Amino acid sequence: MIEIVNLSKSFDVADGRVDALKNVSLTINDGDIYGIIGMSGAGKSTLVRCINMLERPSDGKVLINGTDIGALSDAELIKTRRKVTMIFQGFNLLMQRTCLKNICFPLELAGVDKKSARKRALELLEIVGLPDKANAYPAQLSGGQQQRIAIARALATDPEILLCDEATSALDPNTTHSILSLIREINERLGITVIIITHQMSVVEEICNRVAILDGGMVAEEGTVATVFSKPQSSAAKRLVFPDGANEIIDSHERKLRVVFNGAFATKTPMITKMAVDIGICANILAASTKCIGDKVYGNMLLGVEDEECVRKVKEYLEMTADVHVEEVNADA
Amino acid sequence: MLEKMFSSKALSDALEIFVNEFPVAVWETLYVTVLSTAFAIILGLPLGVLLVAGEKNGVYPLPAWLMQILNVVINLLRSVPFLILMILVFPLTRLIVGTTVGTVASIVPLVIAAFPFIARLVETSLREVSPNIIEAAQSMGATPFQIITKVMIPESVPSLLTNATTAVITILGYSAMSGIIGGGGLGKIAINYGYYRYKYLVMMIAVVLLILLVKIFQSLGTRLATKSDKRLK
Repeated sequence: MIEIVNLSKSFDVADGRVDALKNVSLTINDGDIYGIIGMSGAGKSTLVRCINMLERPSDGKVLINGTDIGALSDAELIKTRRKVTMIFQGFNLLMQRTCLKNICFPLELAGVDKKSARKRALELLEIVGLPDKANAYPAQLSGGQQQRIAIARALATDPEILLCDEATSALDPNTTHSILSLIREINERLGITVIIITHQMSVVEEICNRVAILDGGMVAEEGTVATVFSKPQSSAAKRLVFPDGANEIIDSHERKLRVVFNGAFATKTPMITKMAVDIGICANILAASTKCIGDKVYGNMLLGVEDEECVRKVKEYLEMTADVHVEEVNADA
Repeated sequence: MLEKMFSSKALSDALEIFVNEFPVAVWETLYVTVLSTAFAIILGLPLGVLLVAGEKNGVYPLPAWLMQILNVVINLLRSVPFLILMILVFPLTRLIVGTTVGTVASIVPLVIAAFPFIARLVETSLREVSPNIIEAAQSMGATPFQIITKVMIPESVPSLLTNATTAVITILGYSAMSGIIGGGGLGKIAINYGYYRYKYLVMMIAVVLLILLVKIFQSLGTRLATKSDKRLK
């Protein structure tokens, strides 16, 4: 379990002080895939770096399984960092080392002998699906492949926690999806707690079970993904759930439904039109952001319908398709 | 002058000197250059590492006053013209080598002139390493020493090789200059025959040989640097 308690971090800059984090408290349970979402500058990257003390908090504590990470000696912190590993937006592989040697790197740092390190690295190459890239250099790989190597490297020391700092932000939707699947697999198979920092709602929707919305260095909202995205309370959450022009959308008197496509086989179905024909409800598409990956659809739609009755019927109708979830969104509550 | 330079007397003189003295001179030049570079790297590489690692935001921050002293010393040594530096370090040369004249003696001023230069070159090479990669190493529990030896230096090898080539060629030029005050090698021949005894042809041959050496070092260095860079494949 990771407990972040009243964490604050300020930076001294040329014209004064910047408070990157203000009194942040979060609890992340073992086995969670925990999303931390926010606009750029919200303090996400600083927050995740405080978890492994790459940034020293100005105030507050980070407890991992009850141990105060900030109070550890340098030697103990180094040991902890082998159990709390990290992947990055820019992959950050060693460009002059082969993939195999990159994966061996954290083991080498830990003083593991070469032979067992090599053996472990080869196993990990299998896990991330790149067994043939052992002797390739990172520059010869695509972005997605480099991130797989980075994931293998992060897994080398058998971590308990994996921190992902915008790990998919430099990747195309297809690759993002495959990397997220790999992360989910790791979470399920190896029981590793995952913390995902992102500015993309689709990432949180696809893989996280809990989410915290960070806004201006503070936690604006926290909870299960379904709750936070269907009943956004804070303005930061509303901005995420309702795209541009959120105010007009919120102010209209329609009932609003959020339709989440999480890998539904629906690319060839004109679902909303079909719904109008089948059950006679004409929904108003207030906003939509979906994308097709292969023959699956990811993303979300915001529909406006007339009344309670329609809400129930639409929910029932759309949820007949697998991997489509419908929640009524209530922004005024 | 040209007539004199290529008269039959001049040609036969030059040929004789070419056969009798140039092989040794080339050897001396190479020997002085390589040894001086090696010693200068031994001093300059760690110093260059300190300049980057010891910074306020470096992987192993050192006290600000110490960094200040390092920078001042390097800048001082780099601003003294080589010819004057050679004379200034005579006492030190005598202490180490026993004499201030000769091939071996010229190594001392060469090293002293070159190591601050090499420290700066190492500094620029190490600064090219992405701070993100260093951060990644820190996140994996690397100690400052491990970051220096396993990340910063190996990741900048191509750039270090390119800069080492520049250093070798600069030291080669300095070593020729040391011929003026008793250093050996091609510089000595060029000055003794060309300047003091008006045998311009001999001087020209020495210059051409120096150009050839520079060319060889440069091609070798460039090729090594390119070959070692795994980002280019």
